[in-house]
Amino acid sequence: MFNYIIKRIVALIPIIIGVSIIVFLLIHLIPGDPAQTMLGERATEETVQRLREQMGLNDPLYAQFGRFFKNLLRGDLGRSITSNNPVAVEISQRFPATLELSIFAIVFAVLVGVPAGILAATKQNSWFDNLSMLVALIGVSMPIFWLGLMFIWLFAVTLGWFPPSSRMSVGVVFEPITNLYLLDSIIQLNYLAFIDALRHLVLPGIALGTIPMAIIARMTRSSMLEVLKQDYIRTAYAKGLVKRVVVYKHALKNAMVPIITVVGLQFGVLLGGAVLTETIFSWPGLGKYLVDAIYARDFPVVQGGILFFAIVFVLVNLVVDLSYATIDPRIQYN
Amino acid sequence: MIKRSLVMFVILSMLIVGLSIGAYAQDPEYGGTFVFGRGGDSVGLDPIQVTDGESFKVTQQIYDNLVQYEPGTTDVIPALAKEWDVSEDGKTWTFYLRENAMFHDGNPVNAEAVKWNFDRWRFEDHEYHIGGEFIYYGYMFGGFPGVIEEVNVVDEYTVEFVLNKTQAPFLNNLAMVPFGISSPVAVKKWGEDYFKHPVGSGAFKFVEWQEGNRVVVEANEDYWGGRPYLDKVVFRSIPDNAARFMELQAGTIDMMDGVSPEDVESIKTAEDLNLLLRPSMNVGYFAMNFSMPPFDDPLVRKAFNHAINKEALIGAFYAGLAEPAKNPMPPSIWGYNDAIEPYEYNPEKAKELLAEAGYEDGFEFDLWYMPVPRPYMPQGKFIAQAIQNFLSQVGVTANLVSYDWGTYLDKTRNEEAQTYLLGWTGDNGDPDNFLYVLLDKTNSDNAYESEELHEVLVEAQRTIDKDKRIELYKEAQEIIHEDAPWVPLVHSTPPLALKPMVKNYIPNPTSTEKFKDVWLDQ
Repeated sequence: MFNYIIKRIVALIPIIIGVSIIVFLLIHLIPGDPAQTMLGERATEETVQRLREQMGLNDPLYAQFGRFFKNLLRGDLGRSITSNNPVAVEISQRFPATLELSIFAIVFAVLVGVPAGILAATKQNSWFDNLSMLVALIGVSMPIFWLGLMFIWLFAVTLGWFPPSSRMSVGVVFEPITNLYLLDSIIQLNYLAFIDALRHLVLPGIALGTIPMAIIARMTRSSMLEVLKQDYIRTAYAKGLVKRVVVYKHALKNAMVPIITVVGLQFGVLLGGAVLTETIFSWPGLGKYLVDAIYARDFPVVQGGILFFAIVFVLVNLVVDLSYATIDPRIQYN
Repeated sequence: MIKRSLVMFVILSMLIVGLSIGAYAQDPEYGGTFVFGRGGDSVGLDPIQVTDGESFKVTQQIYDNLVQYEPGTTDVIPALAKEWDVSEDGKTWTFYLRENAMFHDGNPVNAEAVKWNFDRWRFEDHEYHIGGEFIYYGYMFGGFPGVIEEVNVVDEYTVEFVLNKTQAPFLNNLAMVPFGISSPVAVKKWGEDYFKHPVGSGAFKFVEWQEGNRVVVEANEDYWGGRPYLDKVVFRSIPDNAARFMELQAGTIDMMDGVSPEDVESIKTAEDLNLLLRPSMNVGYFAMNFSMPPFDDPLVRKAFNHAINKEALIGAFYAGLAEPAKNPMPPSIWGYNDAIEPYEYNPEKAKELLAEAGYEDGFEFDLWYMPVPRPYMPQGKFIAQAIQNFLSQVGVTANLVSYDWGTYLDKTRNEEAQTYLLGWTGDNGDPDNFLYVLLDKTNSDNAYESEELHEVLVEAQRTIDKDKRIELYKEAQEIIHEDAPWVPLVHSTPPLALKPMVKNYIPNPTSTEKFKDVWLDQ
């Protein structure tokens, strides 16, 4: 197991090199000039050229890549062209917001999706099965910006149950440490901040969790249906076990592997930032920031951000792979 | 009888006066937190290093300039400099600073500090010429060190600028937000990270900046112009227009900009919301490339000017909040030539002109439109489609083309577009900033290279006397009108929505304003 983890982490190195080369080439080869974008409608040729010179954009591509890669080896992702803020600082400030929102969304998706899928499978073709699969279908195809705006309109503007957007109310006194607001407020025993942060998470979290929830529900259902048809389930019933035990102890455990895979993949996708959700709920996460950086041709931010996502995605997958063994002892890693 | 009517008159007058005082001259209140919702976060808070409006909105509050714009106009009034004079040749400017201005870190704003700021900006080898590209300095003062040859400390509160050539808009330039004066001590202390720890001498002090989320500033109790009414201002980033509007309705913000045209009607009718229009300092235009036939033919360009219905565009895409343009600069700027007779909307005349030019059967061409909303053109694509439709009515076929914003700017800059939509928001409220910057032969993007216009514009740059300059700019607008390099489309007046409790908010044409005199009726 330990050897396996080491092997996987070592395998990260070629991935990092590959991703950085691809991202570097892609962003430099697409048309559009950061200097021009930054200077706006009326930049003279001289100002653009001078700015390009200062940004080092007039150097040959390999020299720019060499500089980027050399700094990368020292753990330096460079500074944003637009704001001059170190990219690592930007990521460390924004990723916690993305992480917090993603965890909330995936917990919501699992808590609703898995039971709904199990129930639908055990009552195949019942009204509940049909209804929940219809809801799941709608959920998968839901345009998130519409859902988000409806949530804000209904639950924030009309009913006033939840705050419309952002991570914390303007009036709450709170000093972020890790930028994971829930965690920070617990550390500081700041009850008010905790409640406020949690209330702010509900609408964007549910909006973001809707699609994964639907996918997980459908996957749980089909995986459970598969397992429930197996011989050993019939044997279990024949032994006289009650349905609850058969479903939750015998069937679910075996149906879990594909479910975990889907949950892991979905979580990885969520961590990649949710541009629409972040935009609608003014959530200061990494997704929208990175998309803005692409539009601004902010090369260091795009390179650093995508590299970071690649690493996160690989690590999440590693955790998923490792969790198979705990569910299914037949799976071994050597 | 006379006595009775006299008494009645006195009573009535007192009533009227009393009523009007009650309704009108409400005393400003101190206190409260003002929450401003906007579309994006600031890029940085060192004004000289940024170019985006969201940064300027905040730095405007934290910093003072030598001079500033009068609320609601682009006329220059005193700020850190209480008065100034200029030599005959327009090359030596002397500024007399007020003596009670202090930076937020307690250091005095004196001639040394002013000189230090300008030296930092203009000398590329200055120890603190770091943390960015000083774009606006190079841009407004012609490079590094540019037109400012010397900055001399005459005495503790007198500073002298020697220019190497006359720059007519010099004073207007100094009032621009990027040229806010920083505390030298703070810049030295923070170095490259100064943009996160701004220290100026303005009416508000910096408190905190949570990136992507909000910036908070609080009242400067020791402000030389007196403490501002507000205790605190919170700038919140709410990227989605619809979500921002809902926040205003929910009461979690007090004011917003970037109002969608489709929300304007509901704001006008809502009792608990007010609408303010920012005076226009922009132009949205349709440019035609002289180097790409048939647009080298003035008849074709004039035909296009007659073919596009600007009023219809304004009604459909600006919610009526814009005025049709006949000149390349907006009427809010002095020197505007109102005597110019616009090319009226007249498709028949357009067809005649096209026939005269030999295009009675029409032609096909590329029309580029912007991929992003800009203040002067909130919906580029729809406007392009409308223009396409107007032009089809006179027999020409427009193929719509677009690129992402950076590429779009890059390509139009290289004169690759046959015709394109673009616009400009003025920087300093000077006619030069529109006419020279957009249409001089050294700057134009559509191969418009009028020698006659160039001479007039350069002459105006060398002239300090404002009346003479006005004459020159009026002449320039006549030349442009005759050459018709563009179809000038609109000058938009961007709407702002606010709660009625927000008082004395006076929008400035330059897109940002100081909140010092804003107060809340709580």
